[in-house]
Amino acid sequence: MSSIVSLPDQSTARIPKRNYLTNENGILSWLLTGDHKRIAILYLISITFFFFIGGALAGLIRLELLTPQSDLMAADTYNKVFSMHGIVMIFLFLVPSVPATLGNFLIPIMVGAKDLAFPKINLLSWYLYMIGGCLTLWAMITGGVDTGWTFTTPLSTHYVNTNVVTTGLAIFIAGFASIFTGLNFIVTIHRMRAPGMTWFKLPLFVWSNYAASILMVLGTPVLAIALVLVVLERTIGIGVFDPTKGGDPLLFQHLFWFYSHPAVYIMILPGMGVISEVISTFSRKRVFGYSAVAFSSVAIAVFGFFVWEHHMFIMGVSNYSTLVFSLLTMLVAVPSAIKIFNWAFTLYKGSITFETPMLYAFGFMGLFTIGGLTGVFLGSSGTDIHLTETYFIVAHFHFVMVGGMLMAFLAGIHFWWPKLTGRMYPEKISQLAAVVTFIGFNFTFFPQFLLGMLGMPRRYAAYPPEFQVLNVFSTAGATILGVGYLLPILYLIWSLKYGKVAGNNPWQATGLEWQIQSPPLTENFIEIPVVTQDAYDYEWLERQKEREVTQVG
Amino acid sequence: MDSPTVALHESSHGEHPSYQRHHFVSMAQQKESASFGMWLFLLTEIMFFGGMFTAYLVYRNWYYPAFVAGSHTLSIVLGTTNTGVLITSSFTMAMGVWCAETRRRGGLILSLILTLVLGLAFLGIKSVEYHEKWVQHHVPGLRFDAMTFVHPKAEPGQAAEPPLPLDMAQHTEVYFSLYFAMTGMHALHMIIGMGLLVYMLIQAIRGAYDNGNIAFIENFGLYWHFVDIVWIFLFPLLYLISRHQ
Amino acid sequence: MSAHEEHSSEEQHIVSPKIYVLIATALLLCTALTVAASYLELGPWNAVVALAIAVFKASLVVLFFMHIKYSSKLMKLTVGAGLFTFLTLVGMSMSDYISRAWGSF
Ligand code: HEM
Ligand SMILES: [Cu+2]
Repeated sequence: MSSIVSLPDQSTARIPKRNYLTNENGILSWLLTGDHKRIAILYLISITFFFFIGGALAGLIRLELLTPQSDLMAADTYNKVFSMHGIVMIFLFLVPSVPATLGNFLIPIMVGAKDLAFPKINLLSWYLYMIGGCLTLWAMITGGVDTGWTFTTPLSTHYVNTNVVTTGLAIFIAGFASIFTGLNFIVTIHRMRAPGMTWFKLPLFVWSNYAASILMVLGTPVLAIALVLVVLERTIGIGVFDPTKGGDPLLFQHLFWFYSHPAVYIMILPGMGVISEVISTFSRKRVFGYSAVAFSSVAIAVFGFFVWEHHMFIMGVSNYSTLVFSLLTMLVAVPSAIKIFNWAFTLYKGSITFETPMLYAFGFMGLFTIGGLTGVFLGSSGTDIHLTETYFIVAHFHFVMVGGMLMAFLAGIHFWWPKLTGRMYPEKISQLAAVVTFIGFNFTFFPQFLLGMLGMPRRYAAYPPEFQVLNVFSTAGATILGVGYLLPILYLIWSLKYGKVAGNNPWQATGLEWQIQSPPLTENFIEIPVVTQDAYDYEWLERQKEREVTQVG
Repeated sequence: MDSPTVALHESSHGEHPSYQRHHFVSMAQQKESASFGMWLFLLTEIMFFGGMFTAYLVYRNWYYPAFVAGSHTLSIVLGTTNTGVLITSSFTMAMGVWCAETRRRGGLILSLILTLVLGLAFLGIKSVEYHEKWVQHHVPGLRFDAMTFVHPKAEPGQAAEPPLPLDMAQHTEVYFSLYFAMTGMHALHMIIGMGLLVYMLIQAIRGAYDNGNIAFIENFGLYWHFVDIVWIFLFPLLYLISRHQ
Repeated sequence: MSAHEEHSSEEQHIVSPKIYVLIATALLLCTALTVAASYLELGPWNAVVALAIAVFKASLVVLFFMHIKYSSKLMKLTVGAGLFTFLTLVGMSMSDYISRAWGSF
C-alpha cells in the first residue's frame, strides 16, 4: 500500500516546546481556559465519556434482543435503556461530536484567526454541556426516563411517571451549549477571516460547519420551547398539548421535529465536511465541483427546515400536507446526492492512498449512501406507512448516524490527531480498526433492514421467535462493532506518549492548519496569514516546499 | 517557527484601545462581531417565542369563542398602560445607548435608572394582572374553573359577557395556558434584563463606560428592544381579540 | 455623525435623539390606534389590522431603535433569515392544521 505520510526524521524530531498544551499548567488553566483548542479537547474527552455510556446502553439493548422473550430485563427497564441510549447518543454525543471538538479546534485556524469570536461563550458552552450531561446521568440513575428520545406527548406528559422533567431540563440546557457553539462559528466565519480568505477559498469543512451552525441557531430554540411546555404541563398542568383540555398532542411533534429533522443535519453536515477534507487529501486532488459541494451544504440547511413532517405521516396529520412534505423530502436528498457524486468524481483519476482516515471516509460514503437512499423510501408517504415504527427506521438512521457520522468523526479524529497532539497514531492497527468497524457495522444494522421489512416493530423488548436469527446476527455484529470502537480509544491514548512525532504536515495537506506547528501555539499564528491560494491547491503546496528548500539551502 | 504560507501582515492599525481583545485584529472587527453575535442570539429568541406563537395561531383558530372570552377578562386599561410603559422604556434605553455613544455619563445613568423604573412598573402592573387571574380562578392547572364562562356575571357598569357552551368554556384553559406561557416567558426576559440593567448602572456610576467600551450597553439595548417587540405582538394577540363584541 | 472622531472612523452611525423621540411618539400613537381599531366591527379584518399595526411597530423598533436601517447588509440579511425561519415554522405547521378538515382523498 502506498502512502503519502511524510514524517520528520524521528531521531531528531521533537514536539515543539511551546504549544497550546504546554502553554499553561494546572487543572484551572484548563477549566478556565478561553483557548478554542483546549475547549475542543475538553469537549473531546466529555463526548467520549458519554459515547461510552451510550455504547454500554446499546450493548444492553442488543443483549436483551438476543432472545425473543424479555428475559435480561423487564420490559419497562428496556424502555428506559433505549430511551437513555437515544438521548445520550443524540444530544450528548452526535450533536456536539464534530462541531464542538474538531470544529472548535480547526475553524479558527482554517479561517486564519487567533480564536473564535467569543472565547468565554465557547467555554460557557462546554459548561452548559456538562451540566446538561450530568443532569441526564442524574435522571438516569434516579429512575430513568422511558419516553424514547422523542419525548412524545401525551406519553411524556400524562402516561409515564419517570424523570421526564429532569431529562427535559437537561436537554434544554445542553441545547444552549449547541446554540452557543453555532453562534460562535457563524460570527467567526463571517467576521474573523484572514486577509485574502474569501468565502470560496474556505475549506469545505468550514462551509459545512457553517451550514450546521445555522441549523443549531435557528432550530434548537424550538426544541427548547417544546420541552419547556412539556415541563410546564407536567409540573403545573397547563394545557397546550393536553387533549383533555383541548390541546393538540401533535403540536408537540411539530415543534419537536421542526428541530429534530434539522438536527439530523446538524449531526451529518460537519461529518460531510470532514469527508471532503479527507477525500481531497488522500486523492491529491481538489474537491471536484468545490462550489457545488459548498452550496449543497447551505441547501441542505435551508431545505432541512421544510421536511419535518415526514416523521409524522402516520400520526394523524392532514393527507394534503403529507403530500407536500413527502415531495419536499425528495428535494432534500438532492444536495446529499450532489455531495456523494462530487466525492466520487474527486476520487476519479486521483492518486488514492489508503491511510486510516481514508478508509473511514470510504466507509462513510458507502454507508451514508445506503442510509440516505432508504431515507427516500421512508419519505415516500406510501412506503412509509409500511416501514415506519419498524426496524427499517432503526436501520435507516443508524446507517446515516453511525455508518455516516460516527465514521466521519473517526475519520476526522485520525486525520487531525497529529495536529491535535503532535503525534501519529499507529497506522496498521488503526487500519484494522477501521475495517473491523465497517464489518461489524454491516453485520449489526443490515439485518435490521430485513427485520423492518418483515415487520418487526421498534422499541419492544420481546419479539416473535421467527425474527430471532436476524437478531442474533445483529447482536453478534454489535460485538464486533464494540471491538472496533474500543481499539481506537486504546491506541490513541497509547499514542499520546509513544506515537511517532508527526511534524507540521504529515499528510502533505493544503489547509492552513497544516502549515503551522503541531500542536499549534496558543495564538495559532505568529502573524495573521495573508491567503492567496485556493483551498486544496496541491501545486501551491509543492511550490511552497520548493521555496522552503531553496531558502534553507 | 514561521510557516511558509504565512506572509507578513502589517499589524499597523495604530494604537489599540485597552479593551480590544487580543484575538481581534481591530476594534471595528470586535464591535461588529459583538453586535452580529447579539443578533444571532436574538434569532434564537425569535424561534423560541415562535413555537408559542404557532401554538397560539392553531388554538385561536380552533377555539375562537374561548379566546374571545378569555381575552375579555383581561384589563384593557392595564394592558394598554403596560404597552405604553414598555415602549417608553425602550425609548429611554435607546437614549441610554445614545448617551453612551456620545460619552455623556450623567445622561447614561439617568437613562438606565428610568429604564429600570419603567421595567419595574411593567412587572408591577403585570403582577397585579396575574393576581387578578389567580383570584378569578383563571390560572390553568393550578387554580382553574371554567364555570365563570358558562355563567358569566355582569361586571358593575357593564353588560355580562355572552355565556359559552361548557366544552368551549373549558377550552379557555388553553387560552390562559398560552397567556401565562407567553407573558410569563416575556416577564422572565424582563427580569433577566433588569438584573443586567442594575449591573450596567453600577458600572456606569463607576465610570466604566467613559472610555468608549460600550459594546455591552449597545447589545443590551438590542435585547431590551427585542423584549419590547415581543410585547408589541403579545398585546394585540392576547388583549385585543374582538373587543367590540 | 459623532463629534468623537474615534467612532466615526469605525463607520459607527449614531442615530440622533430627535429620531428616537419621533419613533417613540409614533409607537405610542400606533398603540392607541390598535386599541381603537379593536373596538370597531371589522369582521375578519380586525385581526389583520391588529397584526398589520403590530408589524409596523415592530419594524420601526427594528429599523431605528435597533439601528438596522443604518447597519450592514449582513445584519439586514440576518434579520431577514430570522423572519423567514419564523414564517416557515408558523406557515408550514399551519399547512397541516388548515387542511386536516378537508377530509381524505
Ligand atoms: C438523505 C436524506 C434523508 C432522508 C430523505 C431521510 C428521511 C427520513 C424519514 C422520512 C424518516 C421518518 C421515518 C418514519 O418515522 O416513518 C427518517 C427518520 C430518521 N432519520 Fe432520516 N433521512 C435522511 C437522512 C438522515 C440523516 C443524515 C440522519 C442523521 C444523521 C437521519 C436520521 C434519522 C433519524 C434519527 C430518524 C428516526 C427518528 C425517530 O423516529 O426516532 N436521516 N428519515
Ligand atoms: Cu427527518
